[in-house]
Amino acid sequence: MGELKVIGGGGEVAVTTRLSDLLQWARKWSLFQYPFVTACCGMEFMATAAPRYDIARFGAEAPRFSPRQSDVLWIVGTISQRQGPVVRRIWEQMADPKWVIAFGTCASCGGFYDNYATIPGVDKVIPVDVYIPGCPPRPEAVLDALMLLQDKIQANDRKPIIVPPRLVPERAPGRTGEGHS
Amino acid sequence: MTQAVVDRLKAQFEERVRETSDAFGDHELVVAVKDWVEVAQFMKDDGDLQMDHFIDLTAIDYPERESARFDVVLMLRSSVTGARIRMRTYVQDGEEPGTLSEIWSGANWAEREIWDMFGIKFDGHPDMRRILLYEEFVGHPLRKDYPIDKAQPLVPYREVDDTQKLPPFGIEEGQPFARIDWESRLAGGDNQVSPAIGVQQGQRRALSDSEAAQQIQARIAERMAKDE
Ligand code: SF4
Repeated sequence: MGELKVIGGGGEVAVTTRLSDLLQWARKWSLFQYPFVTACCGMEFMATAAPRYDIARFGAEAPRFSPRQSDVLWIVGTISQRQGPVVRRIWEQMADPKWVIAFGTCASCGGFYDNYATIPGVDKVIPVDVYIPGCPPRPEAVLDALMLLQDKIQANDRKPIIVPPRLVPERAPGRTGEGHS
Repeated sequence: MTQAVVDRLKAQFEERVRETSDAFGDHELVVAVKDWVEVAQFMKDDGDLQMDHFIDLTAIDYPERESARFDVVLMLRSSVTGARIRMRTYVQDGEEPGTLSEIWSGANWAEREIWDMFGIKFDGHPDMRRILLYEEFVGHPLRKDYPIDKAQPLVPYREVDDTQKLPPFGIEEGQPFARIDWESRLAGGDNQVSPAIGVQQGQRRALSDSEAAQQIQARIAERMAKDE
């Protein structure tokens, strides 16, 4: 939360910071989501939202099915050309400040749907803040995206960013038989 | 059992059943467009056949064929006898076979889909509109002469020069898909990213020529060497 100054004395403590930092801090821990779920990625979205991964830890668990009450638009799945105007309108209805997460390859770039029906990435229609690659991405990648977004909010940074892979998959434990007896 | 269906139809319609075949045990008959509805109605109503289960109705485009460009194919099953049958008719561009939606209501949407994708209209259909695509769409995308990379966006694409980085991402970023450059592909090249999108941000084209990919490759080699 930016720079914190602690002023102590007489058994009481006060903390000062900049108002904008405080606001960003509050925003990043209360990201109400609008889930725009259209395809198979929705399964992994549900897994992420379930207790095992617990996105309540990030203050981002509350879905709002009205764009006017939400802060983050989750585009989860393939967006067809026919849905373009719908996505655009929902995004326009959201109040500022608002963020967009493209969940999965389809939402990020169209994925393997290279055809007349699919928008090659929802960023062709609305600006995207965080892209999560994967078909579908694992919940860990989704949480990484959430944390990236929080960092960006705190830093007031609107540059689009891609969730990087965590590990070289070939060397992950278990893949090579290491973890098994 | 399905052979019996073909025999029954041959006995009933004689030479109006133009061709029959039984490739891989799937029995099929071909009728003229003008007989299309009548034969279908008979298959539904006849006491021996009772083809009450409408499975699907679809079309195939053969642009090089001069006599009739499209095949319209009907797939049926009888829930009473378990028999299956396929009926086909050859349709010229602009010709309108009769609708089957009065016989099986499931045919209603299937015929709308054929209109949407192939541009074949059905005579007497109660609601001959597109079903999957939007009214603004020009042309019929499953016709083989529809341009393979032609999209018709309803919302104009954003101008995105100001963003730092855009998908499609490199393979090393966990993005195994890339857009295919069809022109280059057809000319024998293998570029994965279409120029329209790739040029936007000087997108990398392949796994091997990106710096990050080389770093990952080096890291793998390093760890493998350590393990040994
Ligand atoms: S990225 Fe893969 S899993 Fe996600 S919507 Fe597209 S096809 Fe489905």
